Amino acid sequence: MRMSSVTTAVSGLLLAIAAGTVHAGATFDAVKKRGFVQCGVNTGLAGFSVADEKGVWKGIDVDVCRAVAAAVFGDASKVKFTPLTAKERFTALQSGEVDVLSRNTTWTVVRDGSLGISFTGVTYYDGQGFLVKKKLNVKSALKLNGATVCVGSGTTTELNLQDYFTSHKMKFKPVVYDTSDETVKGFEAGRCDVLTSDQSQLYALKIKLAKPDDAVVLPEVISKEPLGPAVRQGDVEWFNIVRWSLFAMVDAEDLGVTSKNIDEMKKSSVVPDVKRLVGTEAVKHGLGIPDDWAYQVVKQVGNYGEIFEANVGAGSPLKIARGLNALWNKGGIQYAPPIR
Amino acid sequence: MTPSKPPFWNDPKVRAIVFQVLVSAGVIAVGVYLVRNLLHNLEVRGISTGFGFLHNRAGFAVNLTLIPYDEDSSYGRTFVVGLLNTLLVSGLGIFFATILGFVVGIARLSRNWLVATLASAYVETFRNLPLLVQILFWYFAVFLNLPPPTEAIHLGHSAFLTLRGLYLPWPEPEPGFGWTLGAFVVSVGAVVFLVRWARRRQELTGRIFPSFFASIAILVLVPLVVFFATGSPLEWSKPELDGFNFTGGVAVIPELAALLLALSVYTAAFIAEIVRAGILSVSHGQTEAAGALGLSRARTLRLVVIPQAMRVTIPPLTSQYLNLTKNSSLATAIGYPDLVSLFAGTTLNQTGQAVEVMSMTMAVYLVISLVISLLMNWFNARMALVER
Repeated sequence: MRMSSVTTAVSGLLLAIAAGTVHAGATFDAVKKRGFVQCGVNTGLAGFSVADEKGVWKGIDVDVCRAVAAAVFGDASKVKFTPLTAKERFTALQSGEVDVLSRNTTWTVVRDGSLGISFTGVTYYDGQGFLVKKKLNVKSALKLNGATVCVGSGTTTELNLQDYFTSHKMKFKPVVYDTSDETVKGFEAGRCDVLTSDQSQLYALKIKLAKPDDAVVLPEVISKEPLGPAVRQGDVEWFNIVRWSLFAMVDAEDLGVTSKNIDEMKKSSVVPDVKRLVGTEAVKHGLGIPDDWAYQVVKQVGNYGEIFEANVGAGSPLKIARGLNALWNKGGIQYAPPIR
Repeated sequence: MTPSKPPFWNDPKVRAIVFQVLVSAGVIAVGVYLVRNLLHNLEVRGISTGFGFLHNRAGFAVNLTLIPYDEDSSYGRTFVVGLLNTLLVSGLGIFFATILGFVVGIARLSRNWLVATLASAYVETFRNLPLLVQILFWYFAVFLNLPPPTEAIHLGHSAFLTLRGLYLPWPEPEPGFGWTLGAFVVSVGAVVFLVRWARRRQELTGRIFPSFFASIAILVLVPLVVFFATGSPLEWSKPELDGFNFTGGVAVIPELAALLLALSVYTAAFIAEIVRAGILSVSHGQTEAAGALGLSRARTLRLVVIPQAMRVTIPPLTSQYLNLTKNSSLATAIGYPDLVSLFAGTTLNQTGQAVEVMSMTMAVYLVISLVISLLMNWFNARMALVER
């Protein structure tokens, strides 16, 4: 959209004007001084980040930002959200408009290496899939030769789509839209046969359709899409805080600590790992944040399993199975280093 | 007594030069500071810079390309594809908006009440609705409500209308088609000769030769005769439903159609008003004088009124053309792959090189606009009233 070009141009200008050098700790210092975390999220993606009728942001990406705020300030509400389109997101992070980008963004080497940003971890292991209308009677993505495909602009999805069709010697016609709302409208009107996106998004978009039962998600997953939060390069302290905010939630699930039982655990648990997590046994973490940071994260936001179930899992309309996002010892690959 | 020469700091010429040099130096210094600061900041933040990315493989597909393009093409080629798509929609838009605008503008001055009222209604409606709304209306409310390929509207003789686009047969030349092209070139030459001869004869004898219809006849008939004489060396590629979509022939995608329609219809409303103003600026005495000389109404309009109206019409027309070209960047709202959508959108996001991509995009629009201005100024200078 036009907006994004304007934002980009303005951000470019900001980069040009912003004087002085970036020193280590700049982001963390700025956040502490400001008193809240500025977090870039999706403009509206059910389960990941969506604003309800009162303007309160909800979703798994939103909870990651709240966890960072809880770790830094001991208060998960000290965070403000900036909704960003796929096109705007990196410029917004680069120019300092947001401190954390937690916006279902795929971690790739190019983004880590040449955009001046670093991914801190993986919130959600995703993969790209296809949504088709049932009446086409297509059971496999390999039968999509010659199809027209709706896709969001400026995403890894666009590139994977091409790679998949090329490697299977199939042809397709792309229709590239700017926002996911337009993509759904185009798909619904029949402008394209197929809608492609990360699988998690397909489920979210499917429930937006007028008749969700008329469409079906194909079984093929054609790419690896590890979605995670990213920060600007040049502030290792800040990088670590964001990274460990997510780790704390995964560790808590691993240890069976939830937002509900954490106070009890804090009082009674004798397990050293739990005591280190809730802060009853001191850990010289050197992150520059309060010692009860992990306690605050789990108490106020929840453990990883809790935020998953509430936002995208069984407790949500999306009902996505844990799959790859189950813990490493429960058949998934979610794993976090220990707090010690 | 000779007037004493003022000291140099009071000399207006010296002063003017000094101030200009100072201001220029200031502007350049600020520019240099901004660029250096930008490069420094980009480096500190670890963001890649430079135009090397233009050689990298793009790896994504585009649904409308005027030049050969595939996923192995470079970002540089993406740039050209986007640029050509922008020029395509702007060029066609200017063409249709001009024709429509002139027709509506003249219709608004018609003595026929119905024609004039319809023209007024057109202008007042389309001029007063935001362009983006009109684009979204044509695209989502009109074109995407056409039937899907399986229920295509058959427009007769292998032409199909669907919500995926308008599919038309497309001629593919076979060996021997060169003769037809040659015949066309020859008939163009003949027409030029004929028009000159007719004009000279009219000047000498006053007799009018119907050179317009004669020219059309030559341009159509001569190549057609040669075409059939050489055995119709054209193969028609016809669109056919093949799996999900029509293949073969040529397709006008709905994104292009919606954008073109919206841009033409919107800009034509403004052009109509400009044309009306131009015609009204020619005093009625001119028309009466032409009538007294025995010129028909059509000839009066063509030979007396329009040439004088053009003086008033061309300068504001130029700015409408510029507006149309720049407005074509709204393409990104409906997914037409123009320069902004393809290059300043997708390419920017895949490479992350905002500064380079945005400056290239801005430079392109600047160049296009300046070229249009230049052409129109030249045209204006030719049409301007020569005062004797």
